[in-house]
Amino acid sequence: MALLAFFASIPYDQILIQTVNGVVTGMILALVASGLTLIFGIMDVVNFAHGELFMLGAYMGVVVLAATGNFWIALILATLVIALLGAALQVTTLRPLIGRDPLTTILATFGISLVLQNYALWQFGPVARKIQEPFTGHFTLFYLEYPWYRLMIAGLSAAIIGAFWLFLKYSIYGIWIRATAQDRIMAQAMGIPVPWVYTFVFAIGAGMAAASGVLFGPLVGVNHAMGLDWVLKAFIVVVVGGMGNLGGSIAASIFISLMETYASIWVSPTLAVIVSFVVLILTLLFRPTGLFVPTPK
Amino acid sequence: MTQRATIAYWTGFCVVLALLIVAPLVLPEFWRRFLTEILIWGLLAMSSDILIGYTGMVSFGHSAFFGLGMYGAAAALLTLTPPMLSLAILYGLIAATGVAAFVAYFATRLRDIYFAITTLIFSQIFYVIIFTWTEVTGGENGLTFSRPPLAIPGLLSVPFTPDTLHWFVLATVTASYLILRRITQSPFGMVLQSIRENEARTRAIGYAVERYKIAAVMLSGLFAGLAGVLYALQNKFAAPDFVFFLVSGEVVIFNVMGGIGTLVGPIVGAGAFLLLREAFSRFFTEFYLIPLGVIFIAMVIFMPQGLLGFMRRWLNR
Amino acid sequence: MSAANIHMDPLIAVDDVHTYYGKSHVLYGVSLEVRRGEVVGLLGRNGVGKSTTLKTIMGLVHPDRGEIRFEGKRITSLPAHRLARLGIGYVPEDRRIFSRLTVIENLRTGLDRGGVTEARKKELLDKVFAYFPVLAERRNQAGGTLSGGEQQMLAIARAMMLEPKIILLDEPTEGLMPRMVSQIREIIDVLRREGVAILLVEQNVALTLAASARIYFMEKGAVRHHAAATDLNVDDAVIHKYLGV
Repeated sequence: MALLAFFASIPYDQILIQTVNGVVTGMILALVASGLTLIFGIMDVVNFAHGELFMLGAYMGVVVLAATGNFWIALILATLVIALLGAALQVTTLRPLIGRDPLTTILATFGISLVLQNYALWQFGPVARKIQEPFTGHFTLFYLEYPWYRLMIAGLSAAIIGAFWLFLKYSIYGIWIRATAQDRIMAQAMGIPVPWVYTFVFAIGAGMAAASGVLFGPLVGVNHAMGLDWVLKAFIVVVVGGMGNLGGSIAASIFISLMETYASIWVSPTLAVIVSFVVLILTLLFRPTGLFVPTPK
Repeated sequence: MTQRATIAYWTGFCVVLALLIVAPLVLPEFWRRFLTEILIWGLLAMSSDILIGYTGMVSFGHSAFFGLGMYGAAAALLTLTPPMLSLAILYGLIAATGVAAFVAYFATRLRDIYFAITTLIFSQIFYVIIFTWTEVTGGENGLTFSRPPLAIPGLLSVPFTPDTLHWFVLATVTASYLILRRITQSPFGMVLQSIRENEARTRAIGYAVERYKIAAVMLSGLFAGLAGVLYALQNKFAAPDFVFFLVSGEVVIFNVMGGIGTLVGPIVGAGAFLLLREAFSRFFTEFYLIPLGVIFIAMVIFMPQGLLGFMRRWLNR
Repeated sequence: MSAANIHMDPLIAVDDVHTYYGKSHVLYGVSLEVRRGEVVGLLGRNGVGKSTTLKTIMGLVHPDRGEIRFEGKRITSLPAHRLARLGIGYVPEDRRIFSRLTVIENLRTGLDRGGVTEARKKELLDKVFAYFPVLAERRNQAGGTLSGGEQQMLAIARAMMLEPKIILLDEPTEGLMPRMVSQIREIIDVLRREGVAILLVEQNVALTLAASARIYFMEKGAVRHHAAATDLNVDDAVIHKYLGV
């Protein structure tokens, strides 16, 4: 009897919803984390400013949406503008640091994050803005209503990551990037303009972060501090997934998001983030090279 | 030459100390407080220098040690009657060192960047705990309490005046500096620096590098906690904001601006940062971090040795 | 530049180059030259600075003093990727092929440059596969799965994709079986027939004497002696002086 009671008390509908929520948030987190892991894997740069690029992407989305009324134009323009910003930042502040102690790049990107955050506060003020979803409408998931938009972002994020993976594997620039990541010196000796490869990679990472910001915008308010939460989670994902491991960070993103959304059934969201911390601690204790890395190096 | 350098060093030290002692008597209240704050943040930055400058480990976790020192002192002052200075210090140091041990255990086996990120995440863990555990920590609003008297058990007990508080802080910071200086010049300190130069080689020689690193983190955490206690005494409140990882970031900024590996450099860095913040606030109000951040980035690129970096060897005699 | 000048300027001229690694003074005024289509040998004991000389020419290391000229133009401070595009190929010691890229992808790093037509790319690939049939067989395999000898071939083939005017070859026979050494000799001959100059750093004296037109001898970071290969024999005193144990 007690067993039946136990099974009856499990909130199945909640679990179902939270599973879908977890996957949706997980895919966005994966898009953010992919950019971060890409930048780290190829350039050995820990981009502290990644959350701010996410945040500025969202703000760009707000601005373009207000000007054109079209969500998709906003998404594309925001991505391009922030990618350019990323390129500019890399050329001015990170290029001079190539070859120096990698910790200097952490400091530099930390400085950039402070500047960008306060810049956003200055330009847009402390009140949160909203991005309107491009379409509303729910579909029925069993006996529940679930918004189409959320599913769409998960799909779009997956598509972007997938498209990038194909680019990396088959295009010549993808080969350049992979060669540079493996052996920067020989890549140069083969005529690959490594400083520009780095700029390009940083720009792509920035663009991915910006796109995530715009996509996620309708779900939460857009404000200058939104990057902080995400950068923290993204770092956890990158460490748990294995630094520089694209597939690992995607798996870790979904895993951690699912754990968090399940936890939020029973505890408050603020406490639910502890889940990700616990996962990190366990990973560090038992599999420090990454939970989803096939064999520890 | 060493003789002359040593004399020059200690002369300089005494001159600076004398100026700092006299300061509260001549400065207006606002600047007196400002100076005391510089000393407190300077102590925090100095504790961080043990890791960054001497052991070569960049930590973003100092906000946790600082905050726990603050809350530890708060605990002593709120739960015990009568509130006692010595116990406030004791509780704060224990709390901070405990946290440092915890963080050290996990993080020291990781190298460089991974260590930095992990310490950052840990400081956030503590932030979340403090922020949500409202019953114990006062949550978002923090804790307020009153300042205990300056008491040496058995000898005297007088309430603090602004001047005596400043001198107390000055004495504590100076003593900390002298102790840390002694430690960095000791065999232990030499091993730390050897780890910074070439960890693999240090290990190959036979030193238990992990143990030294853990000790370094705990030492660093101890003095960071002390800074937290002083802050609690100065301002009579503890708040979760100080545990947020951005504070750790600012501490690292103090270190880099002042010059790592010099112990005094970070204090100068804290002073420079706070002064610039004051100045910029006049023009940019709350957006002072924009120009300040740009200056910091420029320093990382063009002046990575910091303001006092050129004196590094001399300061370490 | 007039036709006369082109023939007068050596392809590569290294002029009194001093290079440091940190505080360590490694090259003490190296001077040498390689003419168009020539195979020039660089001999010396381990550690005298032969590899550093190649790296300096390739722009991977920048000299403190001295000049390097390519076809008469100063290239001393240009970055390596520009030099590769200008026509300098580099095959380092221990090969350093991109182990996680396939054979084809390794070749593409040099092949896919601006200004090369698809037809020409196909031509180059076919040519290289004709010279190195083993690479054709393994074209879709990851570079790291190839044997030492195959990796050496890949490293050379990769450099050839740049259609270089000169290839800097650093110890190509190191760690290879004797059978492969003669293959390397053939490859050098092929390159020479194609008009590609070679600056050959080697420990294998016999190979170097047979393949090169001229030999430079290095000792303690500088070029100390220079002779035509035909004037030298494997057991000459000079050889023992600069290479003997």
